[in-house]
Amino acid sequence: MTYIRPQFRHPNLPTNELGFTRQHYEGALSTLCAGCGHDSVSAAIIEACFELAIEPHRVAKISGIGCSSKTPTYFLGNSHGFNSVHGRMPSVATGANLANREMIYVGVSGDGDTASIGLGQFAHATRRNLNMVYIVENNGCYGLTKGQDSATADVGSASKKGDPNPYEAIDLCALALQLGATYVARSFSGDKAQLVPLIKGALAHSGFAFIDVISPCVTFNDTPQSTKGYEFVREHMEATGKMDFVPVRKEITADYEPGYTQEVTLHDGSVIHLYKEGADSVRDRDAALRAVREHKRRGRILTGLLYVNPDSQELHHILGTVKTALRDLGEADLCPGSQALTNINNSFR
Amino acid sequence: MKPTNIKDPEFFHRVVDCQYACPAHTPVPEYIRLIAAGRYTDAYMINWESNVFPGVLGRTCDRPCEPACRRGRVEAEPVAICRLKRVAADNKSDISGRLPKVPSRKNGKRIALVGAGPASLTVARDLLPLGYAIDLYDEQAKGGGFMRSQIPSFRLPEQVLDEEVGYILGMGVVTHFNHYVDSLKGLLAKGYDAVFVGSGAPRGRDLPKLPGRQDADASIHIGIDWLASVAFEHIKDIPKRVIVLGGGNTAMDCCRTARRLGGEEVKVIVRSPFADMKASPWEKEDAIHEDIPIIDNHVPLEFVVEGGKLVGMKFDRVEARYDADGKRSLVSTGAEPVFYPCDTVLMAIGQENAFPWIERDIDIEFDQWEMPAVDRITFQSSNPRVFFGGDAAFGPENIITAVAHGHQVAVSIDLFCRGEKVAERPLPGTTLISQKMGIHEWSYDSQIDTDARYKVPHADKAAALSDRRVEVELGFDVATGYKEAERCLNCDVQTVFAESLCIECDACVDICPTDCINFIANDEEESLRQALRMPALNLDQPLYVSAALKTARVMVKDEDMCLHCGLCAERCPTSAWDMQKFLYQVTKAAPIL
Ligand SMILES: Cc1cc2nc3c(=O)[nH]c(=O)nc-3n(C[C@H](O)[C@H](O)[C@H](O)COP(=O)(O)OP(=O)(O)OC[C@H]3O[C@@H](n4cnc5c(N)ncnc54)[C@H](O)[C@@H]3O)c2cc1C
Ligand SMILES: Cc1ncc(C[n+]2csc(CCOP(=O)(O)OP(=O)(O)O)c2C)c(N)n1
Ligand code: SF4
Ligand code: SF4
Ligand code: SF4
Ligand SMILES: [Mg+2]
Repeated sequence: MTYIRPQFRHPNLPTNELGFTRQHYEGALSTLCAGCGHDSVSAAIIEACFELAIEPHRVAKISGIGCSSKTPTYFLGNSHGFNSVHGRMPSVATGANLANREMIYVGVSGDGDTASIGLGQFAHATRRNLNMVYIVENNGCYGLTKGQDSATADVGSASKKGDPNPYEAIDLCALALQLGATYVARSFSGDKAQLVPLIKGALAHSGFAFIDVISPCVTFNDTPQSTKGYEFVREHMEATGKMDFVPVRKEITADYEPGYTQEVTLHDGSVIHLYKEGADSVRDRDAALRAVREHKRRGRILTGLLYVNPDSQELHHILGTVKTALRDLGEADLCPGSQALTNINNSFR
Repeated sequence: MKPTNIKDPEFFHRVVDCQYACPAHTPVPEYIRLIAAGRYTDAYMINWESNVFPGVLGRTCDRPCEPACRRGRVEAEPVAICRLKRVAADNKSDISGRLPKVPSRKNGKRIALVGAGPASLTVARDLLPLGYAIDLYDEQAKGGGFMRSQIPSFRLPEQVLDEEVGYILGMGVVTHFNHYVDSLKGLLAKGYDAVFVGSGAPRGRDLPKLPGRQDADASIHIGIDWLASVAFEHIKDIPKRVIVLGGGNTAMDCCRTARRLGGEEVKVIVRSPFADMKASPWEKEDAIHEDIPIIDNHVPLEFVVEGGKLVGMKFDRVEARYDADGKRSLVSTGAEPVFYPCDTVLMAIGQENAFPWIERDIDIEFDQWEMPAVDRITFQSSNPRVFFGGDAAFGPENIITAVAHGHQVAVSIDLFCRGEKVAERPLPGTTLISQKMGIHEWSYDSQIDTDARYKVPHADKAAALSDRRVEVELGFDVATGYKEAERCLNCDVQTVFAESLCIECDACVDICPTDCINFIANDEEESLRQALRMPALNLDQPLYVSAALKTARVMVKDEDMCLHCGLCAERCPTSAWDMQKFLYQVTKAAPIL
């Protein structure tokens, strides 16, 4: 009985600007069920970080509890990670981010982790515009605890051996839009051509970047009656339009397809090109909400980049915090002494 | 592209690189697994069925399988396929009970074989179980052909050869040794139903016009004649200073033999650049290790004779120039000729066929180079009763090629004697069987070891040089043999895809360590090869293409870098991928095992 990933890779594997191959961004071998959508999301994160030539040690992966929340073990094995408590990933991410603003925070959560137990935490991280990528691997069920319906299950959707779900579903993209997220996208684990540029855009975005990735649970919720199974999603998904992500240093080489209808320059100078029909701007939050609702009413799943505000001000900016990571401050700055505390207290009198 | 037809035996055959490259198509991974399992006799028999001389070939094969081996593409060096064969031969137990049964009642057909080399012996082995009566003629006193007269015993001990020749002769061959066949017409007149010519390529090339050739004759030998004289102990020593002319394996055998017979300053001098020499890299290494310098880019000008005695040779220094088509010419550098002193010269500059004993009026066509017209598939000559094989058919090759020819000749002779069309060849036997035993369990060892290729230990150099019978290579011991066997990637365990089961979840794409698998829009092969996640640049390896899937895309797998690790099948939720062992067996005239 062996289940070990071989060390050998394709000898022609491309390298990125750092001289790394995709192998440098891999993690441990997945223990998820064979065919779980979550593994494809991990592969997409690996691909995005490889293509952006992100130094693995600059990334912190943070998650809660669930099959989805287990996945940070399976990608970016050379990065930092914190597997926290069920639904509590946002507070751990907030704390880490405030202590060290120089890291790249990638939060991975599930629909149970985010829309049930962690809904309150999610709401506040969103409205604070915490600078992080927040990915929900949405399978409409609690995979890890054997497939109970989650709060994102659509009315009438039924999992394996389950009854049709009687409750209204939470649409996490609509919620994120309402709560003030500054980068909102939806995608499908089975569509890496769409998902990888969305993750790249989210990594480059400054502020709260939320991606709801429909990621089928093959074991409990890939039934013909489920609206989160591979076949249903493929048949019902529609894209806002194609998206290209052009990183800063690539711009001169112009290796993107021409013919885009909208262009968004992100905080770090990288550019998003959208090939989208219709007049609605991707910077229009209300239009995005309308489009999501409209598609839902027609029984379609709208995917792609729904909304982005490239001029958003992330939490550190709002709070006016110190510009460096706390670990780079000296003891005198970090512990200014009891007199400093007294002065602060006095200022409130 | 059209969906791949995996029912075509040639498709998966190509994926088993070593077996495909082996002229006799020995099922290599099958025997390597048996070695790993310690089943040496079974491993030996798989070889014996296919290549007839596992002990000999495990020491001497030209091993075309190794440059082809997939392992050499995913890491530095191929599996030591050839030396593993020797592990099977060295560790097997008595196989006499496993040899094919030869009927005591004959089928009434009589076959004559000329030459007792590997080609003839293979024909004999394949036909005897069918009841043919076999007469074998050779001018030498024992069987084996060039394996006995040419390959030095420090590479191939005599008892190994005797054993494997003996298995075949013991099956009831009627031998006529010390019998030179001087007339094919005469042989045909004896009423044989078919005659096989396996007489090899017995004539060594000379430099008859080089100045000094006649005067120095007493000190000049044709390499292959000299090696035969050493093998049969007509020659036991050689003067101290020896020049060997030539850059092939015969030159390497000559120089190394000369070192053992008393040659102290033995040099190989070759016209071409070192890198272009015909000798296998390992033969060159072994010669250099025995203190034999190889001097390249030197074209012989003259045998220098003083006082009626050879004192040395003069050479022109040249350099290789290559034209636009890569054709080489050796151009003189214009420098002064160089003189190398010597007492003896061994000429190993090539071999030719010669058929002085075949009359030209017996319906056998010969071309302008005096080579017989032989069909490349049936090995039949223009005289339907006469077949050629081994070095006699198309010029000098090697043992394994002679064996491969022998199998086909036996099939042809059997068809011919039964009055059937020799051109209608039986198809190879193939099986394709799932290896799944349970979750994470396969009936082959799918785990991939990263060990680098193990080196075969050598005998002490001084001891080896003091006696030409001391075998230089010692072979792998059992423990090292096991570790080397574990390097094999099991390329015969195929990834078989069932499109009807695929849900396009990408699990296989995500897990595949070498990025072989793609789900992509179909296209022409050329564009498809470029469009894959890792472009499929090795045109020797096929693309495996499915029929259209639900999304209208197709699955395209580049077979080139597949490690046969089974992870795609492991990660597939619907078992659309399965690992199935493909066994390809060249059809023999009679079942052997
Ligand atoms: C020096 C040297 C080293 C070699 N080393 C290797 C090696 O390491 N590995 C390898 O794979 N190959 C090697 N080869 C090549 C290999 O030996 C031959 O390719 C192979 O033996 C050919 O087999 P065969 O059956 O065609 O004929 P051969 O083995 O050549 O046998 C032909 C036999 O026919 C006999 N014969 C010829 N004419 C007549 C006649 N008229 N009447 C009766 N008998 C006749 C000859 O005496 C001879 O015994 C080497 C060759 C040479 C010269
Ligand atoms: C505080 C707490 N409550 C309940 C659980 C049980 N539990 C574990 S995972 C999980 C749901 C996970 O669902 P989701 O986040 O959608 O992840 P999935 O497994 O579907 O990817 C629950 C309820 C827990 N681990 N901790
Ligand atoms: S239970 Fe569902 S979500 Fe969890 S690993 Fe299995 S398929 Fe994935
Ligand atoms: S790895 Fe094994 S099966 Fe594959 S080509 Fe090499 S020896 Fe043959
Ligand atoms: S067996 Fe499957 S997973 Fe392994 S290398 Fe081959 S295609 Fe890839
Ligand atoms: Mg879930």
